[in-house]
Amino acid sequence: MSASIPGGNRPKLSLHVPEPRYRPGDPVDFGHLAIPAAGAQPRPDETCDAGQTHPLCLDLIRVLGDDDLAHGAWNPGLDAATLIRMLRLMALTRAFDARMVRAQRQGKTSFYMKSTGEEATAVATALALDAEDMVFPSYRQQGVFIARGYPLTEMVNQIFSNRADKLKGRQLPIMYSARAQSLFSISGNLATQLPQAVGWAMASAIRHDSRIASTFVGEGSSAEGDFHSAMTFAAVYNAPVVFNLVNNQWAISSFSGFAGSERTTFAARAIGYGIAGLRIDGNDPLAVYAAVRWAADRARSNAGPTLIEHFTYRAEGHSTSDDPGQYRSAAEGSEWPLGDPIDRLMRHLVALGVWDAERQAAMDAELDAEVRTAMREAEANGVLGHGLHHPFRTMFEDVFETLPWHLAEQNEQALHERHVKFPDWSDDADLGADPGEAR
Amino acid sequence: MSEASAVPGKSMTMIEAINDALDVMMARDPDVVVLGEDVGYFGGVFRATAGLQAKYGKTRVFDTPISECGIIGVAVGMGAYGLRPVPEIQFADYIYPGLDQLVSEAARLRYRSAGEFIAPMTVRTPFGGGIFGGQTHSQSPEALFTHVAGLKTVVPSTPHDAKGLLIAAIEDNDPVIFFEPKRLYNGPFNGHYSEPAIPWARHPDSFVPEGHYRIPLGEARIVREGEAVTVLAYGTMVHVAREVAERQGIDAEVIDLRTLVPLDIVTIEASVNKTGRCMVLHEATRTGGFGAELAALVQERCFYALEAPVERVTGFDTPYPHSLEWAYFPGPVRIGEAFARLIAA
Repeated sequence: MSASIPGGNRPKLSLHVPEPRYRPGDPVDFGHLAIPAAGAQPRPDETCDAGQTHPLCLDLIRVLGDDDLAHGAWNPGLDAATLIRMLRLMALTRAFDARMVRAQRQGKTSFYMKSTGEEATAVATALALDAEDMVFPSYRQQGVFIARGYPLTEMVNQIFSNRADKLKGRQLPIMYSARAQSLFSISGNLATQLPQAVGWAMASAIRHDSRIASTFVGEGSSAEGDFHSAMTFAAVYNAPVVFNLVNNQWAISSFSGFAGSERTTFAARAIGYGIAGLRIDGNDPLAVYAAVRWAADRARSNAGPTLIEHFTYRAEGHSTSDDPGQYRSAAEGSEWPLGDPIDRLMRHLVALGVWDAERQAAMDAELDAEVRTAMREAEANGVLGHGLHHPFRTMFEDVFETLPWHLAEQNEQALHERHVKFPDWSDDADLGADPGEAR
Repeated sequence: MSEASAVPGKSMTMIEAINDALDVMMARDPDVVVLGEDVGYFGGVFRATAGLQAKYGKTRVFDTPISECGIIGVAVGMGAYGLRPVPEIQFADYIYPGLDQLVSEAARLRYRSAGEFIAPMTVRTPFGGGIFGGQTHSQSPEALFTHVAGLKTVVPSTPHDAKGLLIAAIEDNDPVIFFEPKRLYNGPFNGHYSEPAIPWARHPDSFVPEGHYRIPLGEARIVREGEAVTVLAYGTMVHVAREVAERQGIDAEVIDLRTLVPLDIVTIEASVNKTGRCMVLHEATRTGGFGAELAALVQERCFYALEAPVERVTGFDTPYPHSLEWAYFPGPVRIGEAFARLIAA
């Protein structure tokens, strides 16, 4: 190697920076995606060696075919009533999302995140788990909360951060907590819930309990160290946990290539950890149900954890704070080859002869009314920034179990400042006042 | 010590006292589990968990992958389930990969869920220098944790306190960072590193009562009463300050804070108002250290009693060096000169 020429005649290195196939205005062709026929994938026994699932990490489990019928070994064989319930919960989730975005645009809250196109990943997962299984959600699983019967009014109270918000107006909208429904508090920091879910599952195993844990993470935040810590712990202790990795292709404006999708599938990470992995059509509610049920049964029988990649598409923006038209082609949504989960399940029910357009329209109207009622009830408790929040002292509560002296002093200071700003204010006014009176 | 005659117990090292506290709590409470790197069969690199796996089984005392993020993260989940995990981080210097799980998760879980979920964990971790650990086995990162709303921070300085404080920490329903001054594991180091080491057996505070007892978090201990100057210290520095005061003949009141958050402000105020002079002392780096918080509190609350500026005696703002360990350490010279300035003012 010559001292005067760094590297001599070796080839120059170049840095690869991933670039999505389509940017705004580009025509979209998803022909490169390998979409196998529904029903083609083998279904190993739930207690099989993890290695038997590894071919499925590079495949795509699909049940609902282009003929709107269910196919193959993964067909969960659900009865019509269960399928209609699933459809209803997904449609309710979508109706709720639509109404909440409108409320955000009207200034009733600061922020909202829709799950449009991903309803099956949450709702079908919730239905496949037992009600007592502990779920550690990420931020786009409103469908799980709705499927487990967490009251819509509670959700809106939280979104409006009003006086009835169980979380005392502390959390960003949609960061619910619902212990009674076995749903863990949503963090807002990404992927932290994964090792926590593993820890809960380990505790359940330590106690010889029968409940398992399940958790959700986006493909983007699967790049966090927490994901890999969680996989390692789950593998090491054979923890009874089901990981749902929702690959919706986009992490705000960063496509999945920035989490590694150019090299292999996300489900393939299971191969390296030696745990079971499944890659499923996340817009196929029957495939989601079947895969999660398989993984839950596996975990429940001490056969270990499973990583499930739900291959889906985020049909809308990341949240109300971004415009996807600025970074991706609008044609992606319409060209998405796996369709829409609600539409697919509806067509399946129609094909089964148990559903029709009239019933669908009636259900949609009913669900919209249900959401409106919940919103009206919540609105009576106030909306963000229009008073009716929690008393000031609640700001200092729950930092610790009991109030230490320094927080007691700071509480006095907060109350003092309020008296300076609003001399007529009464300490008792917060919870009973009319909107606008207490600020 | 009067306790010696009044209650059954025996002299222990700090490591033995910590082991005893874990043993007592594991026997009393089936929810207590111990996890961490090398804590199981081997009993920990400092032997703090020796014998516990054999006694309580592999599912209550177990080794973990080398992943502090994972250790703290699973402990949060175990707490949510209803267990009372006591994770060990092998050295405080290794705690940073677990910081997000501590700062963003454990510390705020009660708050963000309005009490639906809590993180009743005690993170034990050896800290501080004086053992030729170099820059990755000597740090004192307590100020990173005292700065976080929702974490309690505890530092024992004697075997007696280590047991009582650890039991209180494990029983506490909030997350506690329990820093164990590793230079004190086997003896009450007084700062004179070239003199023969003193075993705990010769120190009265090595008497550890049998069974369960707790030292409430948030209560300081007056180690040595005095009228001339107040020293606010914790961990190793408690012993060093006391030794310097005694050798220099300073009538110093040495306060072992024991808990940094919540802090025993009443004891601090009473002492500084009495002496009118105050030294804050820690081994950690200086800028933004917990001493800055102490100095500010003393200034805010005792200003009109002060006869001299508050003296801040700390480690230097460098990584903890290996060969120059004792040049970094806030030893008798640094402390002695600060005493002299305080008394002269």
